[in-house]
Amino acid sequence: MAQIRVENLHKVFDLFTAVHDSKFTIESGTFFALLGPSGCGKTTTLRMIAGLELPTSGRILLDGEDVTFRRAAARDIAFVFQLFALYPHMNVEQNIGFPLKCQGMPGREVRERVGETARLLRIEHLLASKTSKLSGGDRQRVALGRAMVRRPKAFLMDEPLGALDAEFRQLMCGELRELHDRIAATTIYVTHDQHEAMSMADRIAVMNAGRIEQIGAPQEIYDRPTSMFVADFIGSPPMNFLHFEGGLQPGDRAIRFHHVSVPVPEVREGSAGPLVLGVRPEHIRFSDAAPIRGRVFGTEYLGTTQIVTIETEQGRVKARISSREPVRIGETLGLAFRSDNLTLFDATSGSAIKTAANGDASLGSNAHG
Amino acid sequence: MANVALRHVSKRFGHIEAVRDLSLAIDDGEFVVLLGPSGAGKTTTLRLITGLEHPDQGAVSINGRDVTRDPPGSRDIAFVFQQYSLYPHLTVYDNLAFPLRSPARRVAEPTIKKRVEQTAELLRISAKLGNRATRLSGGEMQRVAIGRALVRDPSIYLMDEPLSSLDAKLRAELRLELKRIQVELGATILYVTHDQVEAMTMASRIGVIKDGELLQLGTPREIYERPADRYVASRLGTPSINFLPAGMVAEIAMPAGTETIGVRTEHLRIAKADGGSLVGRVHRIEHLGDQNHVHLEYRGQMLVTLADPHAPLEAGQDVELQLLQPLYFDADGRRIAATMH
Repeated sequence: MAQIRVENLHKVFDLFTAVHDSKFTIESGTFFALLGPSGCGKTTTLRMIAGLELPTSGRILLDGEDVTFRRAAARDIAFVFQLFALYPHMNVEQNIGFPLKCQGMPGREVRERVGETARLLRIEHLLASKTSKLSGGDRQRVALGRAMVRRPKAFLMDEPLGALDAEFRQLMCGELRELHDRIAATTIYVTHDQHEAMSMADRIAVMNAGRIEQIGAPQEIYDRPTSMFVADFIGSPPMNFLHFEGGLQPGDRAIRFHHVSVPVPEVREGSAGPLVLGVRPEHIRFSDAAPIRGRVFGTEYLGTTQIVTIETEQGRVKARISSREPVRIGETLGLAFRSDNLTLFDATSGSAIKTAANGDASLGSNAHG
Repeated sequence: MANVALRHVSKRFGHIEAVRDLSLAIDDGEFVVLLGPSGAGKTTTLRLITGLEHPDQGAVSINGRDVTRDPPGSRDIAFVFQQYSLYPHLTVYDNLAFPLRSPARRVAEPTIKKRVEQTAELLRISAKLGNRATRLSGGEMQRVAIGRALVRDPSIYLMDEPLSSLDAKLRAELRLELKRIQVELGATILYVTHDQVEAMTMASRIGVIKDGELLQLGTPREIYERPADRYVASRLGTPSINFLPAGMVAEIAMPAGTETIGVRTEHLRIAKADGGSLVGRVHRIEHLGDQNHVHLEYRGQMLVTLADPHAPLEAGQDVELQLLQPLYFDADGRRIAATMH
């Protein structure tokens, strides 16, 4: 398996810059997710790595070798589109072996390789089955087998689970990751679904408008978002943004939030003007003593937890609390925040302000270079 | 608004039994959600209430009046579909007014204006009344589609997966809005979906339906905490409940006849291995931000539990398992009420 390196990758379509100066390195064996809304440049980035699109400038290196202008077929990369696309007239063995047969590999060798792939996917018992007789999960495994059988240096996947319903998607996420743990193939996985990216990836690059906003491990991106965009895109419900005006000095341990003092992680850089206090829903507690007040607009029972939506003077806030805690629609509550976990943002630029909580986070050196 | 009842209703299509001896009473002002996979009979149930299908057996009544043989038009029902189905050439105002302008209803234009404006207010789309329907975002279009049902004042609103074509964020927003509107209007709603989150967050009562049969009807909390059987237990909760053969955890006291033990992810506690008998091994840790899903192996069985995102756990580590509030199921999969805890 291979390391993939992208250097200053740039792609312009007429007047539209699809990918803006991207750089990242994916170490061999890493499951790497490119995450962002539609139109953010994630698929274009993937297509350039696959060789289906040529960059306007920049370089792509596969195991140190420059493949920027090499044909897709000569890159030794498997591109997996929407799974499920199988040849209906062939059985499972023929479907998986097809790419090798096309390369002219002798039949015995093909059978060996198909057998080995089927073992890894745990579908050996299905080799003689018709694809039309398979369950959804097995079809997906066969489609993956067809990509794996060539033993490519890397797998590129473009929203492979997009068309599935939520429950099945979750199941397949688990399987894809289990498979990755068995074969440790370098994988780039494109998705707009933060849950898929969080649950499967070793590292995530969050993209927005052609730029990479942040790269990091899932927990790091969740805990220490470098921008409001990332904070909003990751998490469900996403981070609450509470706007306020003020000035921050390095060393501050509290902010003046609309005449109320709110403790925050120690501030490491000065800032002034319109600011934003970022609070994750699970870091809110209800306390009658808390000075920030709101009225309960709605509650959503989720089994263990419930999401409570509160209308405050600064807009709607969502809190995730235990479903054991009784909450009545219409009642007034005080909101207390777990101060260690708060994030501050500059409202104008959307960037996170450095504090003791995120000081070590790689503040998107990739982002605006 | 009114109450609606189905009594012992069955419906076959050829050799498929779409709905089997289904009884369901929806009280005035209730928000009932039928939850089930596709093909469970949810949509057929709705169509039986509208009169688009007639039951082979059983009766449908609205406000105590038997309507089983009445034509759809006389039943006073509003239907919201999955697809927006707006008139693209009309404005939002005219789309909303359309059901009231039907010649059969003869509503006066000033009354229509009042109703449309009230509805728009309720749906927070007042500013868009002059827009063409095609110039709206997906969320706005679905609001208008719901609004077209709301301008009328029917006995019951029937909704067939109305949010399923929207993206996750919008769906979350509209869930909350729909619930608010229902409470404000005191509307009676029968809503069908395969999405457990929609069912849990909006319903006064959930009916879990499978293969045409209503397996359990109860409040979200009842269904989650006291499921009638294994299927219902597995239908709610993400990640889904863990099942263990009773023989695998013989150390635990359980009611007679227990074949399977069910443990919700949040009730499977893990601690440092410390000489106990229930020892599992961490297989994989999934980071979701607000919590981790820890995949464990226990005597060859995969289990999932929740953990704090910053808990010091790693793959390969041995941990001791504690089962809190387990559910007990008999050989037929029915839950055995436990009085031991």
